[in-house]
Amino acid sequence: MKNFTSLSEIRESIHSGSTSCQSLVDYYLERIDKHKDLNIYIEVFTDEAISRAKKVDEKLQAGTAGRLAGMVIALKDNICFEGHKVSASSKILEGFESLYSATVVERLLKEDAIIIGRVNCDEFAMGSANETSTYGPVKNPCDPKTVAGGSSGGSAAAVAADLCQVALGSDTGGSIRQPAAFCGVIGMKPTYARVSRFGLIAYASSFDQIGPLAKSIEDAALVTEIIAGVDPNDSTSSSVPVTPYSEAKIPSGKKKIAYLKEYIESPGLNPEIKENFLKLISDLKAQGHIVEEQKFPYLDVIVPSYYVLTTAEASSNLARFDGAHYGYRSPNAHDIESTYKLSRTEGFGEEVKRRIMLGTFVLSSGYYDAYYTKAQRVRRLIQDRTEEVLKNYDFILMPTTPSTAFEIGVKNEDPTVVYLEDIYTVHANLAGIPAISLPLWKSSENMPIGVQLMAASFKEEELFSFSKLLMNSKN
Amino acid sequence: MSIDYNKYETVIGLEIHVQLNTLSKTYCSDSTKYGAAPNTHISPVSLGHPGTLPVANSKVIEYAVRLGIALNCTIRERNEYARKNYFYADLPKGYQITQDKTPICDGGFVNVTDKNGDPKKIELTRIHMEEDAGKSIHDIDPFDSLIDLNRAGVPLLEIVSEPVLRSGEEAYSFISEVRKLVRYLDICDGNMEEGSMRCDANISVRLKGDTELRNRVEVKNMNSMRNVQKAIELESKRQIGVYENGGEVDQETRNYNAAKNETSILRSKEDAHDYRYFPEPDLSPILIQQDYIKKIKSTLPALPEELFSKYTKEFGLSDYDARNLTETKAIALYYDEISNHTKEYKMAANIVMGPLKSHLNDKAIEIGEFNLSASRISEMIQLIKDGKIANSKANKELFPLMVKSPDVTVQKLAEENHLIQESDSDALLEFVQQAIAKFPDKAEAYKNGKKNLLGLFMGEVMKLSRGKADPKVTNQMIREELEK
Repeated sequence: MKNFTSLSEIRESIHSGSTSCQSLVDYYLERIDKHKDLNIYIEVFTDEAISRAKKVDEKLQAGTAGRLAGMVIALKDNICFEGHKVSASSKILEGFESLYSATVVERLLKEDAIIIGRVNCDEFAMGSANETSTYGPVKNPCDPKTVAGGSSGGSAAAVAADLCQVALGSDTGGSIRQPAAFCGVIGMKPTYARVSRFGLIAYASSFDQIGPLAKSIEDAALVTEIIAGVDPNDSTSSSVPVTPYSEAKIPSGKKKIAYLKEYIESPGLNPEIKENFLKLISDLKAQGHIVEEQKFPYLDVIVPSYYVLTTAEASSNLARFDGAHYGYRSPNAHDIESTYKLSRTEGFGEEVKRRIMLGTFVLSSGYYDAYYTKAQRVRRLIQDRTEEVLKNYDFILMPTTPSTAFEIGVKNEDPTVVYLEDIYTVHANLAGIPAISLPLWKSSENMPIGVQLMAASFKEEELFSFSKLLMNSKN
Repeated sequence: MSIDYNKYETVIGLEIHVQLNTLSKTYCSDSTKYGAAPNTHISPVSLGHPGTLPVANSKVIEYAVRLGIALNCTIRERNEYARKNYFYADLPKGYQITQDKTPICDGGFVNVTDKNGDPKKIELTRIHMEEDAGKSIHDIDPFDSLIDLNRAGVPLLEIVSEPVLRSGEEAYSFISEVRKLVRYLDICDGNMEEGSMRCDANISVRLKGDTELRNRVEVKNMNSMRNVQKAIELESKRQIGVYENGGEVDQETRNYNAAKNETSILRSKEDAHDYRYFPEPDLSPILIQQDYIKKIKSTLPALPEELFSKYTKEFGLSDYDARNLTETKAIALYYDEISNHTKEYKMAANIVMGPLKSHLNDKAIEIGEFNLSASRISEMIQLIKDGKIANSKANKELFPLMVKSPDVTVQKLAEENHLIQESDSDALLEFVQQAIAKFPDKAEAYKNGKKNLLGLFMGEVMKLSRGKADPKVTNQMIREELEK
């Protein structure tokens, strides 16, 4: 079986009789089994995927199949699916089964997608290397010695290793785009509020967005189009109409693109990535696009303010995991106090505990204004400046990550070093704008390098359209 | 050493939690019905399951606006929600969704009568919307505490008063006004025993004339208005005792025990929670437009104060009668309905407060279960007014018949039961003449000055008319006949 780039290829193949959903599912099941060592899947819904494939094949035959018939999808382990376990890769949700499905899952199933399993991620999506998971790190299919990135490491690796066609991830500060860049796939973070968060286990509610990791813009656009749109179960979801992203065409006209001076001059940026990036800028200019440098004087405060705000929200969002109601309860607990203390101490990993502590601290009386209020102000400044830039430019272009995938185990000593991995990605979450990472290059060590394209809020269609142009330039 | 309590004044601010009688919960569609089997009115949202999100119930906002208008508050245009973070076994999310810096209502006031019977305006600080927690039950299972989450997420409004109350009595009066109002507005049943209205009191004392506030103590767990009053009186005395013995009152939270009528420490200042409030990121701010407020205003029922002033000023009732009638909404509405059919306002008030209320008391029913229409009462009033039945007879005999046969006109009931006074003068004259004819010697004696014989003839006429003769008219007629 070939590694299909897009659903349309699959559909053609099914149509011509050379494949079927059933054989596709068999193919993926076999590959998943073969690549167990990459530690990508936490659970494979084998029987369910097989029987569903059969049904979708029948529907395809009958001509009644939905738009995602033939697409085999993996879910990040923080997206709820009724009757299935979901753990956010945390011990604290050991054995927990969801009573309901996330809105995105409902929408995928309605269009006849086949959900094949749930994949590894950083615990509660907190991490940039998929090393905080209770199930251990995901290995990068491009080089198993290196990390897959995080937090949607399993999602990126699953697509890169062709263990599914598309995977859903979630992105709070780069958790879709950074692993996509590390694994060499496309990762899309939609505008905040574009996709319902109902059924996504919250990390930082005002940042979290679900989005696809895919092999082609076409697939990423189609899946985004289907999962996007207002949801009565998420009152923060936007009622701005969803346009047909999947029909986005390569733009014919010339575009205005900004890149941010401070970002490119950052000493942490790997020279090879910088070189590729600058080359892209000159190529685009050569094609007649306007590419200009813009100032963005908040680079130093962008990561700290992101961590203050997200940990504050996380400290509250994760309070519900208390051992009293569901999930892990310490066997040594004997009263309510020890149930809380022991269950949380034993159930959460180090990184999650660190963030809960940090978030609790920044919200404490006496420190609130110095941290939380200040970080909110910084967020406002970042939003305003970003909006200003995007008033004059169609897109902002920047590297997705300052480096390529690093070796497993090397960066987990000092958390602040790992936090700097997010330097280019947190911007879009702080500003709430859509951003996509495209696997445009390879390093001298043959590791993928991503470039990131950002647009104004709800300009997903434009983003996909220009991404097609960039992906074409790669070929 | 005896303590002079009169040197001190008590300063009280109240926090009243009003549980709203909406059909569904604050942030999800679970039922709010009281008394269901434990953990049956729940859903992933109210269980705080991972990935769930709150969706604001618009009825809660409507009810808050209703109360805000009725309490003369300023309604806030942009309402944000906030999270109040604390761990509690019956708080499944580990935080309560409430409002912090932007309460839906600011200011406002409630008029009460102070202990001298004089009117006093009690200013409010704010009213905000929040959700209730579940219930922990410690007395069913001998080993474990049980949690019932039916109540988790039921909507509450918290009314916070300024520290302007000065006695337990005033606090009682304030709560009873608030309770009356929420019942009029039909947003809460006001039942403190069942917990649909709960009250915490912040109490401090100071020397009379002082302006500075001293440390306050929050007293919780008073589940009746009378207990609030008692707890305040108790706590005030305790604090005065502490100061008079040279001590200091600590800022703390105390629990009231009604059975023992004592308070005991629940949390010291050091143990006070840091709730780490921050804006709730899962709910968009709610914008309340002036048009919306106007619309709500136009649908508000008549409120007790309005009715009171209508009854005293337009109907000429005494303050006492008007207060009595407006005490409960249903009674007031019933009276109001009678007043649409008759102008005999005082007579109507007497009937409502007299035979009607005692009937309700006897049967232990609410007026909602009373099946006699207000217009029947006005028919009864008409009969009295026309002199067809004496007032006392109407109340004692006719009224119970009316209750028994609410579908029959009062006129007909009175006739069938021979309660109509004979004021038809021809018929009456005949009875009078018969009576005189029966006792010719007595008639003669009367004419000769034995005026006290009138009673004899009266009795005879009453006998003949079977009690229907109007005594006043009869009396007159007998005299006339005898003196001819």
